[in-house]
Amino acid sequence: MIINHPILGPRDAQEFVYLGDADLIHRPDGMTASAEAMHDYVYLRTNPAGAHRELWYHEQGDRSWLVVTRNTLTHEITAVDLARDVARQMGRTT
Amino acid sequence: MTQSNRINPSIWGGQIDRAQNLTFSFDGRSYQGHPGDTLASALLANGVQLMGRSFKYHRPRGPLSSGSEEPNALVELRAGAAREPNTRATVAELFDGLTAASQNRWPSLTFDALSINDRLSAFFAAGFYYKTFMWPAAFWEKIYEPIIRRAAGLGAVSRLEDPDTYDKGFLHCDLLIIGAGPAGLMAALTAGRAGLRVILADEDFRMGGRLNAETFEISGQPGADWAAATMAELASLPNVRTMARTTVVGAFDHGIYSAVERVSDHLPTPLPGKPRQTLWRIYSAHALLTGGATERPIAFENNDRPGIMLAGALRTYANRWGVAVGDRVAIFTNNDDGLRSAADLQAKGVDIVAVIDSRTGGALLPGIRHLRGAQVIDTAGRLGLKSITVRADSGKIETISANALGVSGGWNPNVNITSHHRSKPMWRDDIAAFVPGEGGPANLHSAGAAAGHFSTHAALKSGAEAARVIAEAMGKQAPYVLPAAEDAPLSITPLWHVPHGKGRAWIDQQNDVTVKDIKLAHQENFTNVEHLKRYTTLGMATDQGKTSNVIGLALMAELTGQTIPQTGTTVYRPPYTPVAMGTLAGRSRGKDFKPFRLTPSHKWAREQGAVFVEVGNWMRTQWIAKPGETTWRQSVDREVLQTRASVGICDVTTLGKIDIQGTDAGLLLDRVYANTFSTLPVGKCRYGLMLREDGMVFDDGTTARMGNHEYVMTTTTANAVTVFRHLEFCRQCLWPDLDVQLISTTEAWAQYSVAGPNARKLLAKIVDQDICDAAFPYMGAGNITVCGGLRARLFRISFSGELAYEIAVPTRYGDALIRALVEAGGEFDAVVYGTETLGVLRIEKGHVAGGELNGQSSALNMGLGKMVSKKKDSIGMAMSLREGMNDPGGYWLVGVRPVDPAAGLSAGSHFLPLGAAPTSAHDGGWLTSKVFSPHLGCDIALGYLKAGDQKIGTRMRAVNFLTKTDTEVDIVSPHFFDPEGARLRA
Amino acid sequence: MLKPLTALGHETPQTVTIGPLRVTERFDIALSSLAVRRGRDKDLAKAAKSAGIPLPGPASAEAGDPWSAFWMTPEMWMIEAPHASHEDICAHLKSALGDAVSMTEQTDAWVRFDLDAPDLSPLMQRLTNLDLPAKPPGFAARTVIDHLGVYLIQRRASEITLYGPRASAQSLLHALEVAARSVY
Repeated sequence: MIINHPILGPRDAQEFVYLGDADLIHRPDGMTASAEAMHDYVYLRTNPAGAHRELWYHEQGDRSWLVVTRNTLTHEITAVDLARDVARQMGRTT
Repeated sequence: MTQSNRINPSIWGGQIDRAQNLTFSFDGRSYQGHPGDTLASALLANGVQLMGRSFKYHRPRGPLSSGSEEPNALVELRAGAAREPNTRATVAELFDGLTAASQNRWPSLTFDALSINDRLSAFFAAGFYYKTFMWPAAFWEKIYEPIIRRAAGLGAVSRLEDPDTYDKGFLHCDLLIIGAGPAGLMAALTAGRAGLRVILADEDFRMGGRLNAETFEISGQPGADWAAATMAELASLPNVRTMARTTVVGAFDHGIYSAVERVSDHLPTPLPGKPRQTLWRIYSAHALLTGGATERPIAFENNDRPGIMLAGALRTYANRWGVAVGDRVAIFTNNDDGLRSAADLQAKGVDIVAVIDSRTGGALLPGIRHLRGAQVIDTAGRLGLKSITVRADSGKIETISANALGVSGGWNPNVNITSHHRSKPMWRDDIAAFVPGEGGPANLHSAGAAAGHFSTHAALKSGAEAARVIAEAMGKQAPYVLPAAEDAPLSITPLWHVPHGKGRAWIDQQNDVTVKDIKLAHQENFTNVEHLKRYTTLGMATDQGKTSNVIGLALMAELTGQTIPQTGTTVYRPPYTPVAMGTLAGRSRGKDFKPFRLTPSHKWAREQGAVFVEVGNWMRTQWIAKPGETTWRQSVDREVLQTRASVGICDVTTLGKIDIQGTDAGLLLDRVYANTFSTLPVGKCRYGLMLREDGMVFDDGTTARMGNHEYVMTTTTANAVTVFRHLEFCRQCLWPDLDVQLISTTEAWAQYSVAGPNARKLLAKIVDQDICDAAFPYMGAGNITVCGGLRARLFRISFSGELAYEIAVPTRYGDALIRALVEAGGEFDAVVYGTETLGVLRIEKGHVAGGELNGQSSALNMGLGKMVSKKKDSIGMAMSLREGMNDPGGYWLVGVRPVDPAAGLSAGSHFLPLGAAPTSAHDGGWLTSKVFSPHLGCDIALGYLKAGDQKIGTRMRAVNFLTKTDTEVDIVSPHFFDPEGARLRA
Repeated sequence: MLKPLTALGHETPQTVTIGPLRVTERFDIALSSLAVRRGRDKDLAKAAKSAGIPLPGPASAEAGDPWSAFWMTPEMWMIEAPHASHEDICAHLKSALGDAVSMTEQTDAWVRFDLDAPDLSPLMQRLTNLDLPAKPPGFAARTVIDHLGVYLIQRRASEITLYGPRASAQSLLHALEVAARSVY
């Protein structure tokens, strides 16, 4: 597969490490989250047959974490964003 | 006369160099051929039709085809270690000195003892093995399968190491063109002239595809000459790369294709340093399949004899190689293309005894006995065709003497690659064949015969037009002028098999699948094509059913009353043709399988005769034997004792080191470590425990605060990469606005541990500053200089439990530093120790490492539960509070000693109460790591034991069924040595 | 004083020639990573400009005297300077850039090989998946060469610099040699 890196352009997916569902960005605060919320965050993943937002890490490249929107049936990639930008848009800061 | 079947050069030359002779051998007999020949064409030129025995029935077989679709003519090529089995003689390029042997026969090709299987064919129908050898089950693996494998088989591997080398590489292009026939050449010309970066690949050693096999003209010149002229122009275009002997074997996602280039297979041996084959990963914006079409046979009784081949192949051998396979040739066809073979051969002076045309009506070939509405119903000739039996339209049966028969059942476009992403091919009634369907790989187009455009004109036009459209999509204009060429229709009336008699009619010659087998599969309800394939083995093995699949499924369609498109095809998968395992490995082979990482002390250690151990990619010193030491234990015991008695030095460069800077560096550390780091004073280090989000221990190590906003984190050797990745995840995805910058410094510093009562005295001789206990206390860290001003780092940390430091210098000085330390340590009899001693020292101190950091253990399990701060949020903190993680009956890190000091312990043993049966119900935990402690004079170990903290002082059994040990053990504190830690604070 | 060794383990850097290819180990370059701290982009740009330290954009390198640089990751560069004059490179950078940046000495984390040959493309296409002929001079990227993470700088079509992990210097050179023998 080819991932169109937002900064570097098309790069071979072999250079990336796959983590999984981009919902991992939504980490609850461990001091305030309920046990259920923490459980859902740690163990529950959406696993759609179709468009899926995934975290990929450009380990053999510029070390950017990316949010890649990929169709799990066709492997078509429709969007690639820097995870840092996505996280900020979700309101995550420090 | 040798090469008796060559056509007289005054009539027809062919694309061979008759001025040069090449000598080769087949089954020990010497023959001659010419440059430009394949092994098959040269053997046929010498009158050799019999080239192999069939898979199951050991039937004598000759080549069916003239290309990579060949099911029969599989040979062992070359000799000795370079021998390659199952090589298709039809694509093996002839070279001087080539040796080949037939396979799957004993004792010889003409007399094969196992041809008895042919007589017993009734027993070998589809599913025979499954049905017959079912009982008893244990017999299958030990008795039945080995016998069957010996009897039914292909060639044998040499069992020697492959002497050749292989290479890999990456290519990029705007347009990859797969196949260099008329469509591919025209596309390459159109796109190349328009300035696209083009790669044109073809599996043949001569570019041109069918143009080399035909007598058609293009623009008034022979097609082969037009192909050569086009290749010459393409070679002059710097943006076009032409790759002969290169098979595109697979389509992968997003325009990636893999291709195998046979760099040296046409040479006796590869040139020095050169690979035999190269595997290319091709990145393309667009790809165009112009891979042509493959002719298919018709099934009739005894249609598998040597001398019976595809009509197009018969004509190829004549046109391209100047070989007349027989001198009395018959043609059996259901389409106009078969008639071409008759005409081409007749023009070369070959006697065409009859054309058996299954179609009724239409024009007759002039000057040839052309039987309309006729069918071949049987043949005769054991080792080679002698005659055919023909049933005329009138029903009259006649035997005709012939020593070659060309069969044409139509042409199948080579759609394989378009289906590598599961796209279903589409049936076209007008050509009675499948063409590429919708939904294939994105940006993969098809043209020429591969797309069902069978005439030369249509091929040229579709190739040019596809290139023009692709160029336009890439913003380039690509006008073209089409050269004139024939435009005849195929005119086919499908005939899949001749229904006659009770004998066997072959569909898949490679797997000996006959019409009867398909009928049996239908009868037993294996009607789905995928089931049909697996039940009968139709379309398996090296040819992947290139000539047989469509007939098989057409027959199944007939039997089920469905249409062919309703029946469908099996899924095509890469590779298109067989690929050698060595090619897939490329350069990554033997010692080149992976790179090594060498420590800064490597050169010195090698000089000392150190034994090295692979730790990941690192080569670490395992131990260093002294003269007189004959076992590793002697060396390791000495290293351990001397370290604790005086001082030992160990290269610890391999531990991961990550530089963490920024005004929020401390905050990030507080979040990734279970314990607190923001409060750590500058100039100090602290042991840190890192959890996964599920609360299990991820990694551990010491982290030092080198400045107000500057920390150096140490990770285990094994987790250096994953911890770095995790930190980047935290920094970018979880807390994107933290002011933190990260970089690995693992290899930038050569770091040595100096441990033992004399560690400080030794280091004082090297370090420029005062490092007395007051100036550099336990857990101190700082920048220092050594040996008169060289910048260095010192950390007072201990993995061994001794007074210990880790000292680091820029790596280029690492070799000099180990030598300086050894020299300075001379007066203390300092030892340099390896990973074995490291293990003994840490287990004597109860420190956790690989065996305990198993990804299934919590801080509590390790006895480190108090380290998890609940005053702050950190990764894994919340989940580590779960009930199950805090079960008082859970696993607890304990120490283990055998009651009898002479008894051995073994890692992986399970703890059982004394007297309890060794069942899982009594399982109390397991022993994670063990060493021999020279201080205690016995094996000692660490382990996880249920409620272990309450079992210290009790006795249990440690049972290991693998090592067959059952030892009574004392459960003790994991701190075997100096439990108060007095030594490390000395 | 302690005597340094090159990454290949010799007292002096090595040069290997295979056909038209020359691989030169470089031992005379000091390296430091340089990362901008949060919100200090302008401070860094100003200080770097006055100190003559180039900060090239993504996927590119810029050469100068004494400072050269290539882009590594968003907001991070690798700075190169002559080792003879800048062995303690971080001290030099600190005095020029102050606390607007984080920097970490990287000199000995890497082995540097300079490759030159009239046509490097047949070699490079066996080593890296980067489409180098399509890239301009000054192109810089991290890539994988025989399993090793390597920074590659295309100075010009006939000159390429590789920074590979120092501990694997011998493996990287071996990879270059094996691939070179199959093409030259």
